Amino acid sequence: MTIEINGKEQAFVENETVKQLLKRMNYTFPLVVVKINGTVVPRKDFSEVIVPDESTINILHMISGG
Amino acid sequence: MSTKYQTIHAILSKASVGIAGVGGLGSNAAVALARSGVGRLVIVDDDVVEKNNLNRQYYFLHQVGISKVDALQENIRLVNPTIKVDIHNARLEQGSMDVFFHDVDVIIEALDNAETKAQFVEEILLKLPDVSLVAASGVAGYGHCERIELHRIGKLSMLYDGQAKSSDEDVLLGPRVGVLANWEADLVLEILLGGYHDH
Repeated sequence: MTIEINGKEQAFVENETVKQLLKRMNYTFPLVVVKINGTVVPRKDFSEVIVPDESTINILHMISGG
Repeated sequence: MSTKYQTIHAILSKASVGIAGVGGLGSNAAVALARSGVGRLVIVDDDVVEKNNLNRQYYFLHQVGISKVDALQENIRLVNPTIKVDIHNARLEQGSMDVFFHDVDVIIEALDNAETKAQFVEEILLKLPDVSLVAASGVAGYGHCERIELHRIGKLSMLYDGQAKSSDEDVLLGPRVGVLANWEADLVLEILLGGYHDH
């Protein structure tokens, strides 16, 4: 019962939405893209899409510097 | 070999690339693209060259105090005077991030501030859905270039080091900024030359 976020193992929480997951992970950077098992989740669906168990998640932020 | 150069030159000389921000990422990417023979560059920035930019940005001591877009246009002219450089000494504002980029083939996100970078990517993907966009996040620091990953998501190609610190907490230095700037430029070449497979 785990998920993988950006290469690190994290606890799986049943019926957790993408929005709730981002809050649990304290992701406060400006967000660009969330991919679950390789598929992009549109931002408008963050509060509806449930994170499946055993999923591999990429969360890409924008980090200052250029 | 010369045939391959000629084929590539024929394609690139007709191409236009927009660059949002010409600090560390944008100035180095612009020069790499100019050296490659991209015919037209559209560069947007409202900063002036400062002395502390010279550790990583493609400017020179005598250019301190002048606008970055003017300075970069001059530097590109010194490399290749046939490249057309359209300059906009302007700030990219939320709600109109796309205005200077309606007639380019590929856009490079080369901004500094995280909020502005995110806003830019979101607006370009929404407003110019047919244009390829190259972005970079996680530029600060030195070392650990092997952590940088390329994520291709539809029209967005994003170079990303999720473990990098923000430039508020870490230094910006020539080598790592240069790696990402030149990688962005190389992705642009891949996109523009996509129809030419001989490698």
